[in-house]
Amino acid sequence: MNNAPGKENTPLAQAPTLSVGPSPHMVSRDLSTRRMMADVIIALLPVIVVSFYIFRWFAIYHLLLAVITCVSVEALSMRLLRRPPTIQDGSAVVTGLIFALSLPGTAPWYVNLIGAAAGIFLGKVVFGGLGQNIFNPAMVGRAFVMIAFPAAMGASGYVSQSTGVDILTSATPLTALKQMGQGTSLMHLLMGDTNGSLGETSALACLVGGFYLCARGTASWRIPAGVLLAVTIISSAAYLIHPTPHWTPLHHLSAGALLLGAFFIATDPVTSPVTRKGRWTFGIGIGTLVMLIRYLSGYPEGVMFSVLLMNSAAPLVDRLTVPLPLGGSPGKRKP
Amino acid sequence: MDLLVTLLLIAVGAALINNFVLHYFVGLCPFMGVSRRLDTATGMGFAVTFVISVASFLSWTLTYFVLRPGAPLTTWLLHREVDLSILNYIVYIFVIASSVQFVEMYVRRFFPNLHRSFGVYLPLITTNCAILFACLEIMKHVSGVEDPARVWGLPQALTLAFFAGIGFTIAIVIMAGIREQLDVADVPRALQGAGIAFVVAGILAMAFTGFTGVDRGLEKILKPAPSRHAASPSARIHSRGGEQ
Repeated sequence: MNNAPGKENTPLAQAPTLSVGPSPHMVSRDLSTRRMMADVIIALLPVIVVSFYIFRWFAIYHLLLAVITCVSVEALSMRLLRRPPTIQDGSAVVTGLIFALSLPGTAPWYVNLIGAAAGIFLGKVVFGGLGQNIFNPAMVGRAFVMIAFPAAMGASGYVSQSTGVDILTSATPLTALKQMGQGTSLMHLLMGDTNGSLGETSALACLVGGFYLCARGTASWRIPAGVLLAVTIISSAAYLIHPTPHWTPLHHLSAGALLLGAFFIATDPVTSPVTRKGRWTFGIGIGTLVMLIRYLSGYPEGVMFSVLLMNSAAPLVDRLTVPLPLGGSPGKRKP
Repeated sequence: MDLLVTLLLIAVGAALINNFVLHYFVGLCPFMGVSRRLDTATGMGFAVTFVISVASFLSWTLTYFVLRPGAPLTTWLLHREVDLSILNYIVYIFVIASSVQFVEMYVRRFFPNLHRSFGVYLPLITTNCAILFACLEIMKHVSGVEDPARVWGLPQALTLAFFAGIGFTIAIVIMAGIREQLDVADVPRALQGAGIAFVVAGILAMAFTGFTGVDRGLEKILKPAPSRHAASPSARIHSRGGEQ
């Protein structure tokens, strides 16, 4: 008999501690954080290659600076907090890459440095590190520099492939639309030969990487599907009411950071809901907010704000979309 | 129709763009103090919405009829134009305090559990700067406005107050959802509790700046700009001048 008198306390004391942490809950052994982050980096490769091709050394410089800043800030703060180092899981590298890809090529070095450091520190470390943050760290960093240095965050130039000059300055497609009512050809938006943030110019590269990410199961396909669905419906409705031949729903889908945001930023498993219905809600919410900001607000693009706003609503979305267990809600079960 | 558009713009402005908590940073005490649990946060949001509406109704009435320069009641009583706007603050505080007393009696009688979980924060609505701020915002549009057509009536004042309360509710409910999730997060000890809540509030405020200018965008769509119609003939003349 194990339950001998006098030993009553021992089974309890020796029982394994089950600690419940916040999402993502990993069950499979090969679905480790490292593998997921490696997947994201592989999926980002087409985007990075296109940004090298369009922005040349601006891209290399920003990507390197952001990744180095993110990794060193994370390493330093984990040391200061006397916690085990976490840089080997690769999440800081991914944050750095996404942050740099969301910057315009002409952003000064200090904007990159401050944004990457603020993103990792305010967006991730203060919440307790990977898996516990509420907001997407890269977008926290970008919002921080967007408000601190609004002038430096406007994309002002790129290295054009179709002209002989070194750097072509022009408005980004969405700014041109908002301020001058100008359209951009769909081919340029698809291939990325336009101005914009480093990673957002080419719709094709984002799609290739995004499909890989969804096919591998690293990103939930429901979130980008929700985003694209909402954008398609809202922009088509607006197009039917007020047709603008130079800017169709297809333009809305392929311009700006929408595809980069839908596939790479919104799908961050930490800051998005975990239920299926919740993911649809999350994606549709982002798409709706993006269109609201594009049509109505003073900003030409709203992916960053929409992702942050829906990140903040993700805990509520999760709460409201708890799936019913088989046989009905446990509270209403009859004896 | 024009009034409806104006009311819509005031509502969107008060609830989202100039959210009292996340844009003006007023009403932070209940926002930080009662946002630990979702149900109490929702209750607090509705209590503030109710108090803000009642207080704004009373303060608009007093400002419009008694306090503003040239108010009808004082002019009728004293047979000359008197400016009592020096009394604004003291009257508003009085009005807010009495409406909070009213809410407290109601909540204690009908929602005893909610009353217990509010604790000291319910009487503290009296000193909630969000409510005084709403009264002062309304005062800015009533008292001392030169053009009588631009003086806010009761619909405008009530819309601002009610949707400011809704904006407060949105902010505090989002905050409560986040803080319930943060309960299981391993936040560094120095930042636990109010510290991390302030960081979250800061990031939320950054996210809400995305709504900047939505009211102007809405206005452009809903009011087909009378100024543009007025300007177009002259623009045509100018372009013709250019051709010549």
